[in-house]
Amino acid sequence: MNHLLQLHQHVGVYLVLAAFLLAAGIFGFIRRRTLIGMLIAGELIFSSAALNFMALNRFTAPDPTVGQIFVLFIMGLAAAEVAIALSIIIAVYRNYRSIQPKGLSDLKG
Amino acid sequence: MNALAATTAFPFADYLVAAIFLFFVAATVGGALIAALSTRIIRGVSGLALCCIGLAGLYYFLNSPFLALMEILIYVGAVCVTIVFGVMLSETDEVRPERCKPKSYPIFGFLIAVAVAGAVFLGIAQLGHGTPWLNPSTPVTADSWKVAAVGNALLTTYSMAFELISLVLLVAILGALAIARGGRDKK
Repeated sequence: MNHLLQLHQHVGVYLVLAAFLLAAGIFGFIRRRTLIGMLIAGELIFSSAALNFMALNRFTAPDPTVGQIFVLFIMGLAAAEVAIALSIIIAVYRNYRSIQPKGLSDLKG
Repeated sequence: MNALAATTAFPFADYLVAAIFLFFVAATVGGALIAALSTRIIRGVSGLALCCIGLAGLYYFLNSPFLALMEILIYVGAVCVTIVFGVMLSETDEVRPERCKPKSYPIFGFLIAVAVAGAVFLGIAQLGHGTPWLNPSTPVTADSWKVAAVGNALLTTYSMAFELISLVLLVAILGALAIARGGRDKK
């Protein structure tokens, strides 16, 4: 019972949770049939990496500012990625009238 | 050092902290499951928002209220809202039976996805849980967890990376405008 009360002080809990987020992201990436669904799954993978960095930063790193700044940069890169990916998705939808990756088989040559 | 150290005289503080922690863990897991499994895309976005709120709580437990605030501000406030705009501007329903021809082995892809995701989860969870992680050799002071330390490091040690990520964001915004604009001319 005491172990359960101190659950938030164990690094293993956060690492297993990050592994679960990564697995959910990979599952969604394989199973989703639209580009926006795949984008959401990619965000889950980003979040898993960020949680992993923060857990190890909290429990094992001698300088705790490094992990926080790294996670901040991960968030910035994720925001940039979402902006680019959504504009590509809208451009694809204008050309194909669909955002299913199954239909995107033409190359402009 | 710990922002949630339960050293007060409040009688059930430990139970309260554990309950809040379990709530955030459940929000993260449930949000990730909704985001990965739902067929309607707008529910997936809502699941991502729920997952990010749970992650913000976990960041607070990991001694970083600054990152908890940033997680809600950037992910829930910017990323999820942007994805909702993308959903509104395109047709996103995954369930369209009149166009989807029946697949010969519909269960096969599902089994492959479950197997790959399960193998990744089991392997990494075993690795993370089984490794004896060492504590830092030099004790971490409480001052280095403050937001002022993050600000100092961003403007001194990591100033180059700080400038570069602003450049990346600028290029991303311009590129997004150019791509979304270019598709409009062909109509």
